[in-house]
Amino acid sequence: MNITEKILAKASGKKAVYPGEIVDANVDMVMVHDLTGPLAVEAFKKIGVQKVWDNKKVVVILDHQVPAESVKAAELHKTMRQFAKDQNLTFYDVGRGGICHQVMPDKGHVVPGTIILGADSHTCTYGAFGAFATGIGSTEAAAVIATGKIWLKVPEAIKVNVKGKFKTHVTPKDLVLAIIGKLGVDGAIYKSLEFTGPTIKDMTVSGRMTLCNMAVEMGAKNGIVEPDETTRKYLEGKIKKMPNLDSLKSDVDAKYSQIFEFDVSSMEPQVACPSSVDNVKPVSKVGKVKIDQAFIGSCTNGRLEDLQLAAKIMKGKKVADGVRALVIPASQEIYQQADKEGLLQIFTEAGAIVCGSACGPCLGGHIGLLAAGETCVSTSNRNFIGRMGSIQASVYLASPATVAASAVTGKLTDPTTLETKA
Amino acid sequence: MNSKIKAPAIKFGNNIDTDVILPGKYLILVDPCELAKHALESLDTTFPDKAKKGIIIIGGKNFGCGSSREQAPLALKYSGVKCVIAESFARIFFRNAINIGLPVLECKGISSAVETGDELAVDFEAGKIENLSNGKKFQVDKLPPFILEILADGGLIENLRRKMKK
Repeated sequence: MNITEKILAKASGKKAVYPGEIVDANVDMVMVHDLTGPLAVEAFKKIGVQKVWDNKKVVVILDHQVPAESVKAAELHKTMRQFAKDQNLTFYDVGRGGICHQVMPDKGHVVPGTIILGADSHTCTYGAFGAFATGIGSTEAAAVIATGKIWLKVPEAIKVNVKGKFKTHVTPKDLVLAIIGKLGVDGAIYKSLEFTGPTIKDMTVSGRMTLCNMAVEMGAKNGIVEPDETTRKYLEGKIKKMPNLDSLKSDVDAKYSQIFEFDVSSMEPQVACPSSVDNVKPVSKVGKVKIDQAFIGSCTNGRLEDLQLAAKIMKGKKVADGVRALVIPASQEIYQQADKEGLLQIFTEAGAIVCGSACGPCLGGHIGLLAAGETCVSTSNRNFIGRMGSIQASVYLASPATVAASAVTGKLTDPTTLETKA
Repeated sequence: MNSKIKAPAIKFGNNIDTDVILPGKYLILVDPCELAKHALESLDTTFPDKAKKGIIIIGGKNFGCGSSREQAPLALKYSGVKCVIAESFARIFFRNAINIGLPVLECKGISSAVETGDELAVDFEAGKIENLSNGKKFQVDKLPPFILEILADGGLIENLRRKMKK
C-alpha cells in the first residue's frame, strides 16, 4: 500500500484498503473557521446531540474576515466564539492565531499518520507532515463534529517524483505551479498526490506545505509527503507524542495510476496567468505585465521563509510608483518572528503595508481588493475570475521572490533577472 | 425527496469554479435565500431569474472546482437548481451538494447532448437522463445506496437525525 492507503486502513480498522473502496474512518482532528463554521454550527444543532464527540479534537480558528470588517462578520465571529465556549473547544481568536492552515501544525494539532479534516479546501496542506488531510464542507463538518467519523472513498494515487537543486530565487512555489501547469486543474481529480524524490527530501517543511497546499488546485483529494527527520524536528515540542514514522512510508510495490518526473535544476520562476491556476508559464515568457498590487502572504506562502526571501529582494528598495504591496505573515508567531528579524521594517520602509495575520486579499471578501482593470501578482493559490474583487481584475500567482521583485519594478518580474542587474 | 425531476437545462463550460458560483465577498451571508440572489453572478447576473421556476445545470469537466464553500451548492439549490449533471465534478462540491440535498450526477458526453433551453427528464435514483427536446438518452452509474439514502432524506443532517432516532 502507499502511505495514504496505510493511513486510511488504520483509521478504518482494516488490514488493507484498495482504491475505490469506501471506508468508514475515525477522525483524529476537525477544524472550522469563521466562514465555514457558522453553517456547521447551525447544522450541528439540528442533529440533536448536545455535545461534540470529543472536544479535544475540534478546533475553531478565526482567519478569513479578521479583524471583522462588517457587522455581519462580527456576528459570525460571535457565533463561533460562543460555540467554542459552550463546547469547550480549542479556539484561536483574533490576534491569538492566524491563518488556520498555519496555526493547525504550529500549535500541535497535526500529527503524522492521522486523519485531519478541515472545512476549508486547503486543509490538504497538512499532508506535508505525512497526515491524511482533506477539505470538507460545513454540513459534513457538523456530522464529523457530532460523530467523530466520516465515509471516504480510497483514492488512486499519483506519484510526483522530483530531483535536482533549485537555482537561486527558484522555489517550491515555482515547482508546484509547474506541476499544476503539467497536470492541469483536473489532472489529479479525486486522487492522492504523493510528492517524493531527493528534492522533496531536502525540502523544508515550509516548502512541503506550499506543495501540498496546492494539491487541491489539481483536484486532488489529498497531497502527501512521507514524514521524516525534517518533519520530526519541526513538530518536536509542538505535539504530545511523535508516532513511529517508520511505518508511514509507501511500500516499494505500492501502486500508482501515474508517475510524473520533474527536474528542478534548470527550472525558471513560474507564474499562473489569469484566470486559471493551470495557465502556467515561465515568468520570462509572459511579456510586459504592469501591476497595481503585489500580495505576499496566504496559507500558500506566508511563512517566515517566504517573508525572508521577499525581504532579501526588497531590502533598500521601494515599492514602485502606482503599486501597493501587502505583506501578511501567516500567523501571530510568524509576525512576531519577522518583526524580531527586522523583516517588517524592510517591508514598511519600502512602502509596503503589513497587515494582521489572516487571509487578507486572497479570496476577495475582506481587504486589498482590486478595481476593474487592475492586476495583482500574488503568492496565494487561486486566480479565478473575481477572486480578488472586480470580475474585470486579473490575478497572477507566483512565488514570494517573483512577487517581491515585481513589487519594486512595477511589472511582473523574473526575480533571477533582478539579482543580476543589482 | 422525489427522485424524478423535469426541468429546462442551462449549459455551462468546463471548470466552473466556486468563486464564480458564489464569490468570496458573499460568504458572510448565512441565509440561503440571500446567497441564492448571487448564484453565478460573475457569469450571468440574470441567473437567479432564469433558475427560479426550476432548472437543471449542465456542466463540463471539473464542475464546482476550487473552494469547499458549501455556500456554492446552497446558492444554486435555493436559486431553483433541481439537479446538476456534469462530465465530472470536483470532489468537495460533489459531497457538499449531496449533503445539502442537491442531486448531482456524473454523465460523460452530456455536454454535447444538451443545449440551453432543452427540456430534461432525470431520474437520479435510477441514473436515467433523457433530453426530451432531442430524444437523446443516458444511463449513468447509479449513486451508491447510502448516498441515495441521504438524498432521499433531503440531506446529511436529516439522514443523521433519522438514523440517530432509531
